[in-house]
Amino acid sequence: MSKQIIYGVFDDEEVLISSAKALRGQGVKIRDVFSPFPIHGLDPVIGIKPTRLSNAAFFYGMFGTSMAVLMTWYMMIHDWPMNVGGKPSFSWFQNMPAFIPVTFELTVFCAAHGMVLSYLLVNKIYPGRKAHNPDPRSTDDKFIMEIQTADNKKVAGSEIISVLRNTGAIEINQKEL
Amino acid sequence: MNYTFTSKTKNICFILMGIGLLSLAGGFIADSHRAWPTLLHNAFFFMAIGLGALFFMAIQYAAEVGWSATVKRPMEAIASFLPYGAGIFGIVVIMSALHMNHIYHWADPAVTTEGSPEYDEIIAGKSAFLNPVFYIIRTVVYLAGWVLFYRAFMNRSEIERQGYDVKAWKKSQSLAAYFLVFFAVTSSTSSWDWIMSIDTHWFSTLFGWYTFAGFFVSALTIITLLVLHLKEKGLLPEVNDSHIHDLGKFMFAFSVFWTYLWFSQFMLIWYSNIPEEVTYYMDRFENYKFLFIFNLFLNFFFPFLVLMKRASKRNFALLKVVGVIILIGHWSDNFVMITPGVLKDHWHLGWVEIGTMLGFLGLFGFIVLKKLSSRPVDNPTHIFYEESVHHHI
Repeated sequence: MSKQIIYGVFDDEEVLISSAKALRGQGVKIRDVFSPFPIHGLDPVIGIKPTRLSNAAFFYGMFGTSMAVLMTWYMMIHDWPMNVGGKPSFSWFQNMPAFIPVTFELTVFCAAHGMVLSYLLVNKIYPGRKAHNPDPRSTDDKFIMEIQTADNKKVAGSEIISVLRNTGAIEINQKEL
Repeated sequence: MNYTFTSKTKNICFILMGIGLLSLAGGFIADSHRAWPTLLHNAFFFMAIGLGALFFMAIQYAAEVGWSATVKRPMEAIASFLPYGAGIFGIVVIMSALHMNHIYHWADPAVTTEGSPEYDEIIAGKSAFLNPVFYIIRTVVYLAGWVLFYRAFMNRSEIERQGYDVKAWKKSQSLAAYFLVFFAVTSSTSSWDWIMSIDTHWFSTLFGWYTFAGFFVSALTIITLLVLHLKEKGLLPEVNDSHIHDLGKFMFAFSVFWTYLWFSQFMLIWYSNIPEEVTYYMDRFENYKFLFIFNLFLNFFFPFLVLMKRASKRNFALLKVVGVIILIGHWSDNFVMITPGVLKDHWHLGWVEIGTMLGFLGLFGFIVLKKLSSRPVDNPTHIFYEESVHHHI
């Protein structure tokens, strides 16, 4: 059997969700759903794991904190100790309150930029990238579910199509890879 | 569904109140200099929790918040402590302003009388604002204003309870807007009067927000703990993980907000090192160092690191632990705000302070739970009820 992509087209997101539940109940793996707007509660239904972006953000933030501590220590204590307002200039810790704003800003800076860049990299979005949309109607009023037969060795393509048809897909398109 | 205030819970409240009365009476007999600031501290802490809950409720109206409709009854119950707290606190504060104790240095007539050996030029210069008559008028305006708004909110709540009625809700919304304006001014000025004026020479322009941040996060924590308790009893079946998550987020966010103000106040004064300002922190560093630093761990590092993860804001047991720690932290933060100006290095944190706190806790619990049991805890006529039931994040 050749590798196929099956597109189920829906005109209602509730119908799509119940159809996805039926498919998942039969062990079908759904590749993705294209939709004009975010569908609430869709992720767990089609088996998308919660994002790990927040964990990454924590480490970017920690990186920013460390960089800020290192920078303030090197600039203000080690390399060129400066007497600002009579504050002790030979110890990072005793001068720490003065460095907290810098540390805070760098933490936020690194966490925010790290998150944005990770997001773009993980989703392979870059300037000049062509839109990868199986059906332009998914940007208007249709919801499109993509299933690849290569992901579903145990369930036949014809069976997937019949489930889609029975659960309310208004149109089913197939594409050979 | 109704919350039943069992006699067992009532008895616990009465026992706590008894402990409180005994400790307070013992405190006054043993050392009234120590008992007065304790009374002021605890009366303020618990009254302000009621006020914070009322403020949070007003925000829900003003911002047309949908998700919180199912947790409105617990908020109202906590706000119901405000009239009682305001009564006790008002009496304490008015007695202090009349110089029946030594909490407010400026209340001593000798300090502002020229030629007297106690004469203090700086305080005399402030006496146009800090004099007993004007002070008592302001105190009465703040407390009476809040209590009147509380009663108006409860009346509106009864009207909303009659049935789904958008127009009635809109009227409550404009009431909330008026309250928020009144609260915005009075929450700041009241904290200058009641707490900042203890250290009479000292001043800080963001002291009002700092005080507000402290009692608001305490109120949010109490709301969360009460909602968790009711949820575990099965009385709030329409409250789901997302509501708890949102309450956890509020606890997290306002702990950070409190820290932001704490640090902004500290850093500017530390850096500029002006004698008039820096004395406030020198008192605290010399005699209260452990508590002062430890507060930052209880109120910032602990909630910040523990509540950062999404899963921990949905974990009931963890939220309870963090909640109790935040409450202890802000209670001791208020202690460090009030006591040093009165007792300097002669302070204690022992049976009088803890006992009085337990007594107020008993009174607070009794009034809140009594209010909670007086009406069904669900709120199906709220115009955002459906939205709240389907809240999902």
